[in-house]
Amino acid sequence: MTTPVLEAQGLQKRFGASKGWFGRGGNPGKAAVQRVSLSVNAGETLAIVGESGSGKSTTARMVMRLIEPDAGTVHWQGDIVSGLNNRALRPLRNRVQMVFQDPFASLNPRMTIENSIAEGLRVHQPKLTRTERRQRVAEMLGRCGLDAAMMARYPHQFSGGQRQRIGIARALIVQPAALVLDEPVSALDVSVQAQILNLLQELQLTQQLAYLFISHDLSVVRHVADRVLVMLQGEVVEQGTVEAIFTNPQHPYTRRLLAAKPISHPAEREEIVAE
Amino acid sequence: MLEVCNLSLSVPINGEFAQAVHAVSFRLEPGKVFALVGESGCGKSLTAQALLRLGEHQGVRRDSGDILLNGDSIFSFGNNDLRAMRGGRVAMVFQEPMTALNPVFTIGSQLIDVIRTHLPLNKRQARERAIGLLADVELEAPAQLLNQYPGELSGGMRQRVLIAMALSANADYLIADEPTTALDVSVQKNILALLRRLQHQRNLALLLVTHNFGVVAEMADSVAVMYAGEIVEQSDVHTLFDHAAHPYTRALMACRPELTEKKGRLPMIEGQVPAPGAWPQGCHFADRCRHVAADCRAAPLSLSTDHHAVRCLHPHLPKSPT
Repeated sequence: MTTPVLEAQGLQKRFGASKGWFGRGGNPGKAAVQRVSLSVNAGETLAIVGESGSGKSTTARMVMRLIEPDAGTVHWQGDIVSGLNNRALRPLRNRVQMVFQDPFASLNPRMTIENSIAEGLRVHQPKLTRTERRQRVAEMLGRCGLDAAMMARYPHQFSGGQRQRIGIARALIVQPAALVLDEPVSALDVSVQAQILNLLQELQLTQQLAYLFISHDLSVVRHVADRVLVMLQGEVVEQGTVEAIFTNPQHPYTRRLLAAKPISHPAEREEIVAE
Repeated sequence: MLEVCNLSLSVPINGEFAQAVHAVSFRLEPGKVFALVGESGCGKSLTAQALLRLGEHQGVRRDSGDILLNGDSIFSFGNNDLRAMRGGRVAMVFQEPMTALNPVFTIGSQLIDVIRTHLPLNKRQARERAIGLLADVELEAPAQLLNQYPGELSGGMRQRVLIAMALSANADYLIADEPTTALDVSVQKNILALLRRLQHQRNLALLLVTHNFGVVAEMADSVAVMYAGEIVEQSDVHTLFDHAAHPYTRALMACRPELTEKKGRLPMIEGQVPAPGAWPQGCHFADRCRHVAADCRAAPLSLSTDHHAVRCLHPHLPKSPT
């Protein structure tokens, strides 16, 4: 059996908990995520779907080790990373990278694209010379469908789709084995969304990347995912292959989600229910 | 009837005016839903805002054309007429239900305030009306809701409150700019169903601004597709979904992932929408069009005047014409 690239067991997170005085009157906080386990293999896409407040982003952030779980373990390529302090974690950080919904918010507006993308290289491959770094950035921009000549520009000079390409280039420059993608195409127009989804697909095929793909858009999930986790109020209520989830949903919530999927032709319209 | 005639608008970019909407015409009729669909930057929101003369404070300039409300140009309106029109005869629901309500006032005070601005009611009567409106948008316990603050409500509930507010003075025209974009999927469907029911019951003329063909499929009677400031195709909703003729409309509809097999390569539109001020001389879509021919770039194109109007020299013709 191959080792999964990403693996999480029994993840738990509560927010707003406090101990109180002498163990009395403490606030147990609110459970954001409970008993969530998942694994993603190389070349595979696992999607987490759910609505706002379902805990899907909190789960992603724990897998990413941006927040520490209260309980449970996280492994990257077989190595345990939950419980590690920042210093111990740093050399492993390049293995799993994150792509955010709004790439504009995650790029420093005062840094050129070249410097933003090269940041990870400075940490993970400090021996590279300036010229080598620049060369890597240029290659990566090309692979993500951007002109290398653009690297001297600043984030505001790019469109939404280009910024997402920059976000992807920045994540991939340190040669990760997995990407955690948090609503990566939700802020994009349909035509740009298609460009980015195609790019992600190509990159996954050529580099056998593992994707943990967070999305509320079921059409997108159906298109990209191999397996799906459905989350509701912090818990996984159903999981399975994308075919099983979409053609034979078991949990009432999954069925409700699928029923809410937008129609694709006016002929599918339901009659107006007058009250 | 609310009629947009040949409207062109410019916006200030780096101190100069650049045209952002060009020669847009359509009309809103009672009992009908008209959808303006397009991607960001195509001018759809700018057009919708012009119907209430919003945007003028941000420097949006009308270059030519007119908007007629029952035959009167809204650009001839003084402040009193404008105030009576906004929220009175023509009302708007915005995308972001989080920011459209004031967080420090109760739902009741905001709703009653709007009602009393437009209708000659005393406080008690306005309160009664507010409760009726909240019930009409299917909110439970409307009387208690009046004392709650926007922060205590979910996104879907807030959008319902905003719809109630928009309808508080019996507007004939409702403009909804991406009314469900910021909401969860399961909530979206309910809000659309509510809008359809209200529109039907009240015989409203609804203008729906959206980037989402699913919303168009669900709601619209007729549709205009906008690209780079212009309407490129306009028809009834069934014709558009079955016989789209403009290469842009066809490409945009084909991008939707649900139409492509799993993990298959999605059809794309290469390049980007040209910005206002950088439009090509001929067809605005020419640089990205797969079917571009030499004559496409020669001169500005006009929209054909058929029931199924297309702004293209080489439209895709249906195999079996209806």
